[in-house]
Amino acid sequence: MTPRFLAGENEWFEAGRRMAAGEATFVSLWGDEGRMRVALREGDGALAVVDLPTDRGAFPSMAALHVPAGRLERAACDLYGFVSLGAPDGRRWLDHGRWPLRHPLGDRAARAGEPDSYAFLEARGPGLHQIPVGPVHAGVIEPGHFRFHAGGEAVVRLEERLGYTHKGVDALMRGATVARGAVLAGRVSGDSTVAYAVAFARAVEAALGLDPPPRAHLLRGVMAELERLANHFGDIGAICNDAAFALMLAHCGVLRERTLRAASAAFGHRLMMDRVVPGGVAVDLAPGGEAALRALLAEARTTFPKLVALYDNTASLQDRTVGTGVLKAEWARQFGAGGPVGRASGRDFDARRDWAYPPYDGLAFKVATHRDGDVNARVWVRVAEVGESLDLIEAMLARLAPGPIRADLPAPAAACEAFAFAEAFRGDVFAAVRLADDGMIARCHLRDASWLQWPLLEAAIEGNIVADFPLCNKSFNGSYSGCDL
Amino acid sequence: MRDALLQGLRAPLTEPPPADDDPELLALAATVKEATQRTLGRSLAIRHVDAGSCNGCELEIHALSNAFYDVERFGFRFVASPRHADVLLVTGPVTLNMREALVRTYAATPAPKWVIASGVCAADGGVFAESYAVAGGVAAVLPVDLVIPGCPPSPTALMKGLLALMRGAK
Repeated sequence: MTPRFLAGENEWFEAGRRMAAGEATFVSLWGDEGRMRVALREGDGALAVVDLPTDRGAFPSMAALHVPAGRLERAACDLYGFVSLGAPDGRRWLDHGRWPLRHPLGDRAARAGEPDSYAFLEARGPGLHQIPVGPVHAGVIEPGHFRFHAGGEAVVRLEERLGYTHKGVDALMRGATVARGAVLAGRVSGDSTVAYAVAFARAVEAALGLDPPPRAHLLRGVMAELERLANHFGDIGAICNDAAFALMLAHCGVLRERTLRAASAAFGHRLMMDRVVPGGVAVDLAPGGEAALRALLAEARTTFPKLVALYDNTASLQDRTVGTGVLKAEWARQFGAGGPVGRASGRDFDARRDWAYPPYDGLAFKVATHRDGDVNARVWVRVAEVGESLDLIEAMLARLAPGPIRADLPAPAAACEAFAFAEAFRGDVFAAVRLADDGMIARCHLRDASWLQWPLLEAAIEGNIVADFPLCNKSFNGSYSGCDL
Repeated sequence: MRDALLQGLRAPLTEPPPADDDPELLALAATVKEATQRTLGRSLAIRHVDAGSCNGCELEIHALSNAFYDVERFGFRFVASPRHADVLLVTGPVTLNMREALVRTYAATPAPKWVIASGVCAADGGVFAESYAVAGGVAAVLPVDLVIPGCPPSPTALMKGLLALMRGAK
């Protein structure tokens, strides 16, 4: 994919205006040396990238023009030390004042002393109280802080504070080899390791003008759909469990485990980490792997419909999920929310179809959407996607022809860059990779779909009861590590 | 239909426990300084703390509770509060943004207590070790009783580690 490159302040403001007007969709915003960059999907489906040189470290805030850019802009300012002029929210995001330095990708100014304080947004009124939750939560989940303002049981305001799992991935990427970059990309969000590895590899391959062999594309597709299946089984079970229906969790947990075992039998790792590499895939389908995958398809097609029927016929369960945590279609559209979160609120978008990358460009599949935008709708979108993934794996296995699985990466003729997408189970992963003339990574920006879903959870929970927050949160299932990087 | 649904779980899914002389189990047990069984009998309450993992470790910790591994049969329970815990099961390279939360969780755990560093990141920082943003493993912050390697450790490896901790050095 060759984007439209635009530059300068006029184009920057024009991009913000077009996104705010709904003529284009925000993709990502990130810093680079001496400039800010914003990527958007144009109305005609093209990718546009706008470069804005910073003026003595400052730039006009994109968040002031288009709200969804806000957290990414705060993160970029933390990493580079840039100042976003006119920004609606000047608080730091990733930088909690606990690193030995400021601006790790910029001047790396030394810092010591107490951590920064953080001023949470307020809600005032008779009887309102605050409930602070996290960063260490009650369950086996990632760390983050949720600040509730509640009136009785009703949530008046939820504010998220993330960044706790910030590992400095962007700085580790700088100067790394492509091979190490792939390892790091596969550990941005472990539940989406295949999708990240695909997005990173495709960006590198596009930058170097390399197309992997057809068998590699198909094997990547099989791995990506296995990852989607495992996560959707897990999420459907966990959502029901948060509505006190543990039987679904038990059954979905069995299906999830069977999926991971099939993945291990086929590709030698339960989560398929480090199996997708720039140039192709690191391992071929193991002997007996295809049989394991076909056995999984048969098992899932027998078992899963019964679980769906159980969900559909259990009124007490639906009582919790229907009408809960409604995400309005308008908000999903404004934020360009991807994945089941966006699709359950009517946003008919899927990177596999709409950024049409192999092997999906040659395969027929349906993109499921729903209109209601509640927890129930997010369950049904996942249910439909399970069926599509099973069919896709079967179709890809049928097309697998013998052949090479990996092509050698050429040395770059000069510094180069490229952009790529992959549809993870929770939405589109965007990768922007810039290589130096010696082939090392000069800059790698990876944007998880959760960046544009977390803020919507704050909106969707408003007016719901505190006790339904776990249910709503699980139905979004945002990645912490994927955004904290 | 409900009978059919329950039938699926009654099938013999549960993995047999590792043998007493399983080499991985013995190797892990040899690294543990003190046997928890002597102190607590066959009951171990586990508080998981994600100190900045990529969430891969959490997926496999979750799997410990599925019908295949079902670690409650050995007396392991995941608890919601460190105040109810005997063991902290820590994942991730310990990001500096999580360091204080981890230390405070440890302080809130009543003695006697044990710390497991689970996964290569918790062991030594893993691929994130050189970063400005991480402490570089749990041992940099807390006394560690057991390291379970893996990226992520499989549920089987986790199960063996927990059993090793319970059994302790022979």
